[in-house]
Amino acid sequence: MAKQLPDVGSGGAVPPPRRARIVLADITRQDTRAERTRAELAQQTQVGEALVRGLVRAQLALALRLSLVVVIGLGGLPWLFAIAPSLGRTTVAGVNLPWLLLGVAAFPFLIAVGWAYVRLAERNEQDFTDLVQRPEH
Amino acid sequence: MGNDYVVPAIVAVTLVTVGIGFYGLRLARTTSDFLVASRAISPTWNAAAIGGEYLSAASFLGIAGLVLKYGVDVLWYPVGFAAGYLALLLFVAAPLRRSGAFTLPDFCELRLGSRRLRILATTFVIFIGWLYLVPQLQGAGLTLATVAGSPYPVGALLVAAVVTANVALGGMRAITFVQAFQYWLKLTALAVPVIFLALQWQADARPAVTPPDGPTFRTATTVVVEHRATLTLADGDIREVRPGDELSFAAGDPVPEVSGVATDAADWLLPSAAGSDDRGLFGTYSLILATFLGTMGLPHVLVRFYTNPDGAAARRTTLVVLALVGAFYLLPTLYGVLGRIYTPQLLVSGQTDAVVVLLPGAVLGDGLAGRLLAALVAAGAFAAFLSTSSGLLTSVAGVISTDVLGRGSVRGFRLATVIAGGVPAVLALHVSGLDVSQVVGLAFAVAASSFCPLLVLGIWWRGLTDLGAAAGVLVGGGAAIGAVLVTVLGPPLSGWPATLTAQPAAWTVPLAFTVMVVVSMATRRRAPADVAATMLRLHTPESLRL
Repeated sequence: MAKQLPDVGSGGAVPPPRRARIVLADITRQDTRAERTRAELAQQTQVGEALVRGLVRAQLALALRLSLVVVIGLGGLPWLFAIAPSLGRTTVAGVNLPWLLLGVAAFPFLIAVGWAYVRLAERNEQDFTDLVQRPEH
Repeated sequence: MGNDYVVPAIVAVTLVTVGIGFYGLRLARTTSDFLVASRAISPTWNAAAIGGEYLSAASFLGIAGLVLKYGVDVLWYPVGFAAGYLALLLFVAAPLRRSGAFTLPDFCELRLGSRRLRILATTFVIFIGWLYLVPQLQGAGLTLATVAGSPYPVGALLVAAVVTANVALGGMRAITFVQAFQYWLKLTALAVPVIFLALQWQADARPAVTPPDGPTFRTATTVVVEHRATLTLADGDIREVRPGDELSFAAGDPVPEVSGVATDAADWLLPSAAGSDDRGLFGTYSLILATFLGTMGLPHVLVRFYTNPDGAAARRTTLVVLALVGAFYLLPTLYGVLGRIYTPQLLVSGQTDAVVVLLPGAVLGDGLAGRLLAALVAAGAFAAFLSTSSGLLTSVAGVISTDVLGRGSVRGFRLATVIAGGVPAVLALHVSGLDVSQVVGLAFAVAASSFCPLLVLGIWWRGLTDLGAAAGVLVGGGAAIGAVLVTVLGPPLSGWPATLTAQPAAWTVPLAFTVMVVVSMATRRRAPADVAATMLRLHTPESLRL
């Protein structure tokens, strides 16, 4: 917004005073808006409430999506082994597939999901912080 | 067992535990130091401590024993024990830390503002804590009896006394160091011997784990039966055995089929199939649900989260714990598998929980290496009993000192520790014959059916009311406790009733969630007025300092 104003203004013919004034006004307005958003959060106004609801919803959706990955990836295995017994007899390097999947592969899989969650959850929080601290975006 | 290294190793572990405890004692000055280590512990220390506390007798001894006995289906125990930390990370870790609560009852009061719910939560914390403590003490008694030939009560009372004194004198700051040390000890105690075991297995020309004719005895063996069972001998004879019976087998004799044990190669090697084994499949899913969701409801696990400086640190700590615990769980399976080859007599005697401590001696013989490694494993097992019992005791004592005795003083905490440690010690002496892993699994089921819905709904759903929470905990947790009591004390069951009570989580967890949601919706007016402020605190990053 602040950068677009000069372009709009450049159509007219009033160059000298505008630059300094707009920058100053912009800085003060930014501060008060951030303050107001913080105050709205703290006082639970409707705007603040909506912001927090948005964050909670985003984090819950993330957690549910990743648990769905685990439910399908791991929770599907007993069912898969049950309906396709031949899978249990398949061997990789002399070891039956279920033993490899449950005894070894499950752990890196869980760690990878956890790692993805920590990254994405922190990003959600960063987005929320940015929203509160730079409300004009 | 004439291994003269075992007792010194166990004494050394105990002395180091007490020693670090006293080192911590010099640092612990205030009540806050005692309960939450003044929240000044780094994520790495904290994660190793959580891992050390979590890997109990069930993880160190029980999993290998179950694998030896039942095969592939029980691999869900280690997977579930690790996945529990993922569920904790996804749904609970950061918000719970931000809630600023010290204990689970604290969380109930903070979120729902109800004293009565707090009392109910206190009751469940104590029940789950004791349910989990008794098998730890029993495991200690049995292990010491197996490796050092001491009478059963000695090990149980020794662990109870050391842990009670250590927690009462040092509090949590001390046990954070103790627990972190014990994680690494436990990992070493399984990882180093398994290398030697694998090398010996190579040197023995890689004997098959599931030979086509079933498992055989490699050496002449005399088995003393510990648990009543029905054996089907190789010549087709069926024989009832009771504790104390002695059976002799020559080298190369096939292992008799034992009732309730997967002696048959295919049973052991392959997962339960649909149609033929629907109850097995139900049990598997029930076990998955209990372990995935139960971890977050264990009191000694939750209390650790208050020692993180903020929510983001709580998340990172949980991820490190997941990695540490996952690395550990690669090992017990190998012991169970090798036990199939080298210690099949445990299938007959019924003492499968002893496979981890007996395997080094059985594979490597009575030489120096075998005896040293056996001592290392025994030390690791003792570390497992000491650390899990310490964590459980701290959380149970913390709850007793603040909610039952109603004092926040250091002296109150010490008195509470003695009470919290004394009761399970007495129980462990009088209740015998409980299966370590099964009781631990039941503790998970109770936690998953009571605290899991309370935490998840409390953190993510604004509509939860105090009545809804209480009803859900009472109905779900109560049903799970009922199943525990029937399994432990009731008459032997068979068929579906046995499955439904031995693995109750698949019906008690959905029951708890449903009751909690339905009653909350029916009592919508009772939802706390400050729920918006609570949500703000639970979910917004501390950096905003609102």
